Amino acid sequence: MNIVVCIKQVPKSDNIQLDEQTGKIKRDGVEAVLNHCDEYAIEEAVRLKEKLPAKVIAVTMGPPSAQSILREAISRGADEGFLLSDKAFGGADVLATAYTLSQGIKTICSANIIICGKESSDGETSQVAPALAHFLNVACVPFVNKIDSIDSSAIKLERVFENGYAVIESTLPVLISVTKDINIPRIASLKGKMNAKKAEIKTLDISAINADENRTGLTGSPTRVANMFSAGNAHPVSCEKLTGDAKSMAKSLVEKLSAAGII
Amino acid sequence: MSMDYMLSEEELMMVETARTIAAEKIKPIRRQYDEEEIFPWNIVKEFAQADLCGVYIPESYGGFGKGIMGLVLVVEELCKVDGGIALALASTALGALPILIAGTEEQKKKYLPNIASGKHLAAFGLTEASAGSDATAIMTTAIKDGDYYILNGTKHFITNGGEAQVYTVFAKTNPDKGARGISGFIIEKGTPGFEFGKKESKMGIRASATRELIFNNCKIHKDQLLGKEGHGLLVVQATLDKSRPGVAAQALGIAAGALEEAVIYARKRVQFNQPISSFQGIQHILADMATEVEAARALLYSCTRMIDSGKSKRTSKESAMSKYYCSEVAMRVTTNAVQVLGGYGYCKDYPVEKMMRDAKITTLYEGTSQIQKNEIALNLIKESAARNK
Repeated sequence: MNIVVCIKQVPKSDNIQLDEQTGKIKRDGVEAVLNHCDEYAIEEAVRLKEKLPAKVIAVTMGPPSAQSILREAISRGADEGFLLSDKAFGGADVLATAYTLSQGIKTICSANIIICGKESSDGETSQVAPALAHFLNVACVPFVNKIDSIDSSAIKLERVFENGYAVIESTLPVLISVTKDINIPRIASLKGKMNAKKAEIKTLDISAINADENRTGLTGSPTRVANMFSAGNAHPVSCEKLTGDAKSMAKSLVEKLSAAGII
Repeated sequence: MSMDYMLSEEELMMVETARTIAAEKIKPIRRQYDEEEIFPWNIVKEFAQADLCGVYIPESYGGFGKGIMGLVLVVEELCKVDGGIALALASTALGALPILIAGTEEQKKKYLPNIASGKHLAAFGLTEASAGSDATAIMTTAIKDGDYYILNGTKHFITNGGEAQVYTVFAKTNPDKGARGISGFIIEKGTPGFEFGKKESKMGIRASATRELIFNNCKIHKDQLLGKEGHGLLVVQATLDKSRPGVAAQALGIAAGALEEAVIYARKRVQFNQPISSFQGIQHILADMATEVEAARALLYSCTRMIDSGKSKRTSKESAMSKYYCSEVAMRVTTNAVQVLGGYGYCKDYPVEKMMRDAKITTLYEGTSQIQKNEIALNLIKESAARNK
């Protein structure tokens, strides 16, 4: 069984800066790390590998420096890492990213399960996973917080909603995106780190994955950022501390919320 | 940031792994484990999963093969956050070293892979109620009976006691021969006649278990003899030469952790309208702390490199120096950290109170500071006598 984990290199979350001209995140010269949600995707793939005979293949699209997150995935238990890297992939939105990833995955292996993190800490769209499932023409279950059972042909899992969860059974192949509740990612072992150090990361360019250049990168991206603003500046916040006993504070809070039209 | 000791890529990997476990897994629970004296089995699982348990064990026995330096780097890094929890690993090394040093190939193959994988913890049993600094005064006996030895006696203050699976225990096989009548044995938990006694409630390292080992007509096969009969004290001395840097690393880690806390606090604490780090009185305390920590690290790493090089037959003097210096530095630095934090430092909401309590044991076990000085002086005199006959 082949389990593909899609991962992303993102700017370290305490260091995100925006380009005010383009509305995009500045990536040059900013420390880049493995997207936090993807740690859970890798862990879940490795846990499945420990139950089944399976190979875990980590895939990312990014610049050559994104090799480092593939090595991190290997240090956490993935078997192989593939980097989809080409100047023609730069500036991709959700659509172009999902298309490029799908071409890469089709080139690499016949995937039985594709696992993505719930979202990336930079884009936060949660849309790449379903779009990728579309391009791969496989079933899609987003926001999975538990895998109940799996065998070589089917999977049973729990998908969370705001007010509950659904138990879903799917045949394979399937694409899932996982939440942070699904597991506690392991700390990379020394032997894993040694494997990662020695591992050969295979780089695939646009011709290797047989992709249409009109559908990749900025050219293949219909999304344009119309406007960008800091939420803090748009809605100035003022704070007030209520004092007194619980009853009087509750009364005062109700009055203030009513006056503000919130309740 | 410490000086550049030109650590290898693999050594840095061990440091980084230990740092991650310390920050993510140990820091959130250290206070509770200290207060409630909880043995850190869940953290041992993390050590095992990350391959830290076998850093000093050769690769041929399932370890990472990075020698005493590997052990020292990992223990230091873990102890920056908690000086007690790391002992599950560090004291296992003390219990496993006699097997590495004096064990037969069969004994090594039987015990070391499970220790390296973290499946089993180990412990070292020498001390008794009336035999601390004077190891020759032990009363536990191992009397030969055919293919077996019958052990009787009680070991005291045994770190990992009750939790470990594998014990390296020293007993008198020939009580008339004094120092040459002591032999080592490998004894497994669950052996009939081997029980555990009182668990100590301690000032510091409270997440580490310290118990009595009680032997009551405990029958041990001669295959469990460690080294030759009567060579037990030689095994002990060779073990301590390699294990004392582990205590030194514990002390250094605690000191480095306390220094870090003191500097952070001094930068944030405002008195007289300025951070107290702007006062020369505080600056000079911090400067002394930092210099001593770095000097301790330089001495320890040099000693450890010397041990791992294998070029010197004995490293008793250097091991004693590193243990003596690092542990005394740990006491001074943690006491000063409490001083810098003032009343807050004395309270459990800040970690330096615990660090000061944890530091104290390092001047006591595996030989008090005074015993280390005896060892250093004795070797100085011996070396001089050899040069100037």
